[in-house]
This record gives sequence, structure tokens and C-alpha cells, in this order.
Amino acid sequence: MNEGGTIFMPPANSTIAGEVDALFYFIYYTALVMFAIVIAGSAFFILKYRHKGKKSFTSGMDHNFKLEVFWTVIPTILVFIVFAWGFKTYLKMNVAPRNAIEIKATGQKWFWSFDYPNGANSVNDLIVPANKPVKLLLSSRDVIHSFFVPDFRVKMDALPNRYTTLWFRAEQPGEHHLFCTEYCGTGHSAMLGKVKVVSEEEYNSWLNESGNIPGGMTPVEYGADLYQKRACVTCHSIDGRAGVAPSFKGRFGTVETLSNGESVTVDENYLRESILSPRAKVVAGYQPVMPTFQGILNDQQIDALIAYIKSLQ
Amino acid sequence: MNTIPEKHFLNEEKGLKSWLLTLDHKRIGVMYLYAIMFFFLIGGLLAVVLRLELTSPGTDFIEAETYNQFFTLHGAIMIFLFIIPSIPAALGNLILPLMLGAKDVAFPRLNLASWYIYVLGSLFAIFAIVSGGVDTGWTFYTPYSTESAGSVVSMTMGVFILGFSSIFTGINFIVTIHKMRAPGLTWFKMPLFVWGLYATAIIQVLATPVLGITVLLLILERVLGIGIFDPAMGGDPVLYQHFFWFYSHPAVYIMILPGMGIISELISTFSHKKIFGYKAIAFSSLGIAFLSFLVWGHHMFTSGQSELAAMIFSFLTFFVGIPSGIKVFNWLATMYKGQISFEAPMLYTLSFLFLFTIGGLTGIFLGALSVDVHLHDTYFVVAHFHYVMMGGTVMAFLGGLHYWWPKIWGRMYSEKWAKIAAALIFVGFNMTFFTQFILGTKGMPRRYYNYLDQYQPLHAFSSFGSWILGAGFVVMAVYLIHGMLKGKPAGNNPWGALSFEWTTSSPPPTHNFEETPELKHGPYDYDKVLAETTI
Amino acid sequence: MSNHTHATHLAHHFADEEQQRESAKMGMWVFLLTEILLFGGLFVFYAIYRSWHPDMFYNAHLQLDVVMGTINTVVLITSSITIALAIRSMQVDEQKKAVIFLIITVLLAATFMVIKYFEYSHKFELGQLPGKFYTFKGIQGSNPHIFFSVYFAMTGLHGLHVLIGMGVILWVIRRAARGEFSSEYYTPVEMTGLYWHLVDLIWIFLFPLLYLIG
Repeated sequence: MNEGGTIFMPPANSTIAGEVDALFYFIYYTALVMFAIVIAGSAFFILKYRHKGKKSFTSGMDHNFKLEVFWTVIPTILVFIVFAWGFKTYLKMNVAPRNAIEIKATGQKWFWSFDYPNGANSVNDLIVPANKPVKLLLSSRDVIHSFFVPDFRVKMDALPNRYTTLWFRAEQPGEHHLFCTEYCGTGHSAMLGKVKVVSEEEYNSWLNESGNIPGGMTPVEYGADLYQKRACVTCHSIDGRAGVAPSFKGRFGTVETLSNGESVTVDENYLRESILSPRAKVVAGYQPVMPTFQGILNDQQIDALIAYIKSLQ
Repeated sequence: MNTIPEKHFLNEEKGLKSWLLTLDHKRIGVMYLYAIMFFFLIGGLLAVVLRLELTSPGTDFIEAETYNQFFTLHGAIMIFLFIIPSIPAALGNLILPLMLGAKDVAFPRLNLASWYIYVLGSLFAIFAIVSGGVDTGWTFYTPYSTESAGSVVSMTMGVFILGFSSIFTGINFIVTIHKMRAPGLTWFKMPLFVWGLYATAIIQVLATPVLGITVLLLILERVLGIGIFDPAMGGDPVLYQHFFWFYSHPAVYIMILPGMGIISELISTFSHKKIFGYKAIAFSSLGIAFLSFLVWGHHMFTSGQSELAAMIFSFLTFFVGIPSGIKVFNWLATMYKGQISFEAPMLYTLSFLFLFTIGGLTGIFLGALSVDVHLHDTYFVVAHFHYVMMGGTVMAFLGGLHYWWPKIWGRMYSEKWAKIAAALIFVGFNMTFFTQFILGTKGMPRRYYNYLDQYQPLHAFSSFGSWILGAGFVVMAVYLIHGMLKGKPAGNNPWGALSFEWTTSSPPPTHNFEETPELKHGPYDYDKVLAETTI
Repeated sequence: MSNHTHATHLAHHFADEEQQRESAKMGMWVFLLTEILLFGGLFVFYAIYRSWHPDMFYNAHLQLDVVMGTINTVVLITSSITIALAIRSMQVDEQKKAVIFLIITVLLAATFMVIKYFEYSHKFELGQLPGKFYTFKGIQGSNPHIFFSVYFAMTGLHGLHVLIGMGVILWVIRRAARGEFSSEYYTPVEMTGLYWHLVDLIWIFLFPLLYLIG
């Protein structure tokens, strides 16, 4: 277990990470020895047998059975060890404990959404309890994505036509980066998330509160929160800069030309429609790439987002 | 004093037409050389722009869409238009018949046709670039490639056509090696470069048609929506990956095997010593060619394939590593008790040994299932294949280019500048790509336009390295062209090598040899030859 | 692959006729190998989708016309015999006979394509088309359009090979009619024959897989 990571590896924070790192360093040191033999050998020969003066007789030696058997058999044994070791850990990575908490993780351009057992959901932030096995049921709504948490040493592709699974057991509370590692288009490198490992009590209370306006927040504040947490920020800026999608700044109340030539006033109804069926009316000059948030945002949250967009004048 | 023969293949016929309609393997080789160097330049410039953008996080020069198109083009151009044809089609065409003591390849017209097919394929690729670009990555994974905007059809059509160019070269070389050897040149007296090309040709012939049918179905999927890769219509996108890697993993060996052949030539020539383990090297080439067809699934350890499949592919993957290891040890043993001299080709050979050993050993990390889960699709993979493809194949290609340059043009380049360029390239390469191993183990995913601040120092260092690397290539271009035009006449055999190509004049006459050469000694019998000349 | 600019048919880079003929033959065999692998990819697609949807494949294959398929099989096998006879005639220096056999071969190939045309146009009318163009409603099972994607891809690529083969045979007929071949030199006829046998052979696999067992 290493907290800060080593020269090569990031911090290890899942139960499987230690095993992966152990094999990594086994290969690393073995490879270092092999490399040293090759390089030291050639350096020695270069110095010793460098050509001086007139060329003269060189040896006709062209084989040495014992030596050749030696340098074939030793590496073969080593790679068998590496193979068996790697396969053993791989099996462990693939078979989740029965009592694992099952969370559905869905990738789509360009965010992750998570559905928890009690119906709560979150976007890009995966909330899990510490020291409990968590099993993710992965799928994709469009192209192939891949779920990767370096600190846990786990990775699995999310496919559009079947479920894949991945499990881990985070050791202690903390935050860890979540990357998409299967190229998925313009926003690939912005498809970032966090795995937030919390205590079991915090996890349970989060599950219960999720979906309601947290106490003390105005709808606009809640909308601003959702703008970050539900990944609107990936494509829509709030400073007027056009990116993959129109900026929210000053957008409300304007009249926009659509890709089919018609025009539309950006009002509450248009915003709501664009959140639930985003490809129905696309502003001219942009690609129809936004996924639907049907089932991800409830009415209260949509209202809060609209309120937030209205506030960005 | 060396002189250049009055008449040789470069000047016996004159005018553009005499080049465009030539059936001479050497002229076709030269035309391939020009074409691939052009695409190497384009691919290299794209790489420099990519590294420039990655120097710091955020948007620096280009937008995400442009970046994605550039890395796709960098990959597709370097793989399909540069590396795959580089050694076989350019150097192989130039040298293979000479090495065999033949007048030409078996099918000269097919040879010329393969060059025109290459040009046609590259035109499709260029059309794809100017008509909207492609942003799918060079692997064209479905379903992204069936729905992304851009000229995927034109690009994949280019790949399909280039496949035929590669197949034709493969057919030609197989038949040439079987049927066109000079009297006395038995299989086990052939230079190892020929063995490398032979193993390569087998893969070209067996694997490329599968790529052809795969990209053809991808095109049908995009144009007609036939549904076999489309999850919405009951198709399976992962099936595409299986088919793609069934070709593209063997294709990696299309790229490296001829490189290994060149290294075998150079290490023996510049150690002035008989190659160690001739048969081991020859058979390990064939062994690699065979095994290369059985390991494609190791690209898909995290794609949800069954544990059983993963186990088998991992197991076989380690097997393919062993023959490569054997070759490295054989090269090392060749230097033992030799008389090693350090002209430019040997410098690239030593670079190859250093870099390819790193490339090969880092492959062990990726073959190990549990470690691959962590490293898959990170910069570790990027670094690994650049160490194998650039540190391996490109170094061997450059070694071969410097080795045969005087044979092709009859003139020598500046040895001093060649040493400077080799040093720049070696240092720049390691700066650029060694850092990427660490980026990868730290979790930096590949194909990322933007990245977290924590990765910035390593990215910046890598970018600085790429400038040194680029500078090395600029220097090389200058002295090579200067050498080709104004260099000192090189003579027939500037390196004192023993294979057939060095017995004819430099540049060789159109029909290669004044009379069919006869084998007096094996290509590596330095012990006998040196004994004769020194006594 | 031949060169007839010399007085003999020997290209300058070969040592003798023997070497030239052997090279051509070997080149052709290697080329045929690549063709087998090209179709091999499609056969693997067929096998995979058939194993995923066995019932649908069975139901869909009933839509294919076994009578037309059988006639086409007979037509192609006959054409293989006629091209073999053409080569035989060349070997015994009966050039006229050879040309007639070659012409029969082309006519048989054309018959094959005409029958294929009727089969295809019937399928087009019924909407039994690949992928998203599929509109037919009479087949039980999931994703029947995939059967027709596979069917059209396989028979289409094969049909393309028949067309190319017809072109090559016509070219050989032209050269044979000019008297360019004899028992001494008939490599192009022989190579064309090899190619044509392969095209037939592929059909002999396609026919039972698609028409008979679905």
C-alpha cells in the first residue's frame, strides 16, 4: 500500500492495487536485469572489440548450443511466472464478491451517470462507501467508452450492446480521478469524473438526500451545482465562449436559428425540451451530439437548471 | 580512387516517362523511397504539432476536433503510408533482387502496379484529409467510426487499396525468393534480410486480405447501414475489433521483421564477424510470423472478452516474445570477439539494440493480464509501440538507408554529420518517449487533448524531446540529399560486406550484374574472407 | 505476368522458360490464397452470426430460391469443365477448339450473372435487403436483415469476381484468337483457368451454406 505513489505508480487505494503493483515491480526489476545484461554486454563488446588498425581474422564461431538453450529457457521460465501471476490477479479482478453493492454506470458522450440501488443517481461523481466491495454494471448509450480509475488499477470498456462488469474495494475515504480511456470523440479528454470514497454513514445519508434540493440552497444555487455535477460544464460554457455547444451566458430570451432553418426563442419550454430531447431542435452551427437527460434529471432539477440559466445574463 | 560508372540504372534512360513506366525494381524502389519519405515528413510534422499542443494543458494552438484529426492522421499515415511499405517496398525492392543475384523481381509489372496502387491509395487518404478529415483514430473502432462526421469512407477506402499494394509486394517477394535465387544461393546461404522479407511477405499475403474485407464491411456499414457492426441493429462493434486486430497485430510484425533482418546484416558487417545463430534468427522470423496470427486478442483484455480467451491470448503473447529475445542475444553474441567499427549504420544498429530491448521488455508488462488492465490505453502503450516501431523499425530503416545509400546513389554522405544526427535522434527519441512510460503508469490516458495539471512536467519534457528528435531528422535530410548529389564516389563495397549487392557497381547497372554472380562464400563468412586477405 | 516483347515469350529477367512458368504458377497460387482469405473473413462473419441467431438464419434461408441456386451451381461447374477443356486443347495445339471452349465459358458465366440478376431483383422487390433497407416482414427471428447483409456481401463479392473473371477470359480469348498461344506458351490461359476454378470453388461453398442449410 502506498499513499503518495511511487516513481511509476500512482497512489494505491484499492485492495487489488497492491497485487497489481507487486507484479508490476516484479516485471520491472526482472526487465531491468535483462536490460542491464544486454546493454552492459554490448557496451563491454563495443569497448573491448572495437576495431583498431588493420582488420584481421575474426572467429567463425556461429553457434553454442548450451548458451542458446540457456538464453531460451531462462526467459521462457520467467514469462511463465509472469503469465500465471498476471492471470491469477486478473481472475480476482473479474469475479466480484457476492455481497458487493451494485451500481449501474452508463457512459455517453461525454459523461458518466451512475444509478444506485435505491434509485438515486449522480453524474461524473461516483459516491461509494469505503471498505465495501462495489460492483459496477457498465454500459454505453452511444460509442464505446472505458471506465478507468488509476488509483484502483481497474479498467473496463463500456459497450453499447452488452453489459460488462468491474469491481473494486476502496480502502479508505478520499477522492480519485476517473478517466474515460476509450477514444470517444471531441469531448473524450473532458469525460472526467471523480470517485468519492466516503464512510458508510455518509454514503447512506447521501443516498437518502439525493434528488432533493439540499437544505439552504436556492434553486439558482442548486442549478449552478447541477451544472457542474451533471456535466453540462463539459460542453456549455458560462462565459460566452462557444465550444462544442452554445454558451449559456446571455442565452435566455434570445432568438436562435436552428439547423433546419427555423428559429426559436430560448424560453423555459425550449430549455426543457432541449434537456429531455436534445436533438429535436439544434442551434445552427452545432452538431447534434448532446445525449438526453431523461431519467437522469428529475423535474425539480430541470427547474433548478432553467433558473440557473436564466440567471446568467 | 573510386569512380562512378558512366552508365547505371539512374541515368541509362532519361525523362519522367522512363521513370513512370519503368519495370526496373531499383527505380520502383527509388520511387517508393520518395513517396514514403514524403509521408514520413507529413506524419512527422503532425506529430510535432501534437506534441506542441500537449506541452501544456488546455487549448494552446488547435481545437479538440483538430487535435483528434491530427492524431488519427499521424497514426494512419505513419502506419499505412510509411512504416508498412518503408522497409519491404522501398529498401526491399531496391536490394532484394541484388542480394539474390537476380536481374529483377519475379513480376516487374506487378511491382510497378503495386506502386501505382500505393499512390492511388494515398490519394484517397489525402482526399479524406482535405474533405473534412477523419477523427476516429487509426484503428477506426466501431461504432464511433460508423457515426462520426468526416471522411471515414475515403480514408478506409485508401486503406483497402493500400492493402492490395502490400499484397502485391508480398506475392512478388515470395515468388522472387523461391524462384529467382542465383545458382548456388541455397536457402541457408541467403542473407538474413531476405529471410526477414520472406517472413514479412507471408504475413502480408495472409493477413492483409482480412483487413481488406474488414474495412470493406466497415464501408458498407457506413454507406448502406448493413448492421453487422451496429449495436442498434443487432450487430456487434467488438467483432470489428477482433477482425481489425487479426490483421493489425500481424501487421506489427510486417513492420518489425524486415527491420530485424536489416539489423542482422548490419551487426555482422560492422563487427566483421560471422553472424551468430544464423538458423535461430531465420527460424525465429518464421516463428514470429506464425505466432503473430494467434495473439490479436491481447489488444482487448479490457473489452469484456471471456477470462478463458484472455488467458489464451496472454499465454500466446508471451510465446511471441521469446523469439525476439533470442534474436537480441544472437546479435549480442555476434559482436563478441568481432572487430567493431562505428560508421553511421552501426550507430543506428546500436540504437536499435538499446531501444528495441526497452520496447520488447515493456511488452512483457502489457502481456501480463492484471498489469495490462492498469496500463491499457494509457501513454504506456503509446511509449511501448513507439519504442518498438520507431526505436525498432525506424532505427533499422535508417540503418539500412545509411548502409545502402552509397549503393543506390554511388555516393557517400558526410559521416560526421551522420554521427551528429544519430546522436540527436537517439537523445531526442528517449526524451520524447521514455517520459511517456511514466505518464502511462501514472494513469494518463492516450488520445487526450487535454490533461490534468499533475501530468504537465512530463508532457513538457516529452515535447522538448520531440524538437530535438525533429532537429535530428532535419540534419539527416540535409546531409543525405547533399551526399546523394555531391558526395564522394563510394565504390562498389564501401563497408567490406560480403553479400551479392556489393559485388556490382554503385549505382548498379539496369540489369544489376554484368554476369550472373556465383556464390563463392556465404554472406557472413568473414572468418574465411578475412583469413584469406590477411594471410 | 508474361512478356511478349521478345521474340520468345521469355522475359529478360528469367533464366529460362521453365523458371518463368514456375514463377507465374507460384505467384498465381499465392494470389489465390489471398482470395481465399478475403472470402474467409466473410465465412467467419457468416459462422458467427449464424451461431448467434440460428433460428433466424434458418427461417431467412427459406426465402432463397433453391432451384435458381442449383441451376447456377450446375452452370458454374460446367464452366469449370469447359475452361479445363480449353487448356487441354491448348496443350495439344488445337487453338480454335480452345477459343470455342473459352467462349462457352464466358457464356456460362454470363448465364450465371443473369440468373443472379433475377434472384437479386426478386429480393429487391420483396424488400429483402441488407441492413437498414430491409423492409420484408415474413421472417421469424431477431435481426433478419443481418442474414441478407451477409447474403448480399458474400454473393455480391463473388459476383464481382465472376465479372472480373469474364473480363479476363475475354482478354485471353482475344489473345488466343490472334494466335499468341501455343502448346509452347499458354501460361495466361492456365492462370485464368486457375482463377476461374477458385471462383467456382467459392460458389460451391456459398451455395450449401446459404441456400441449403441456412
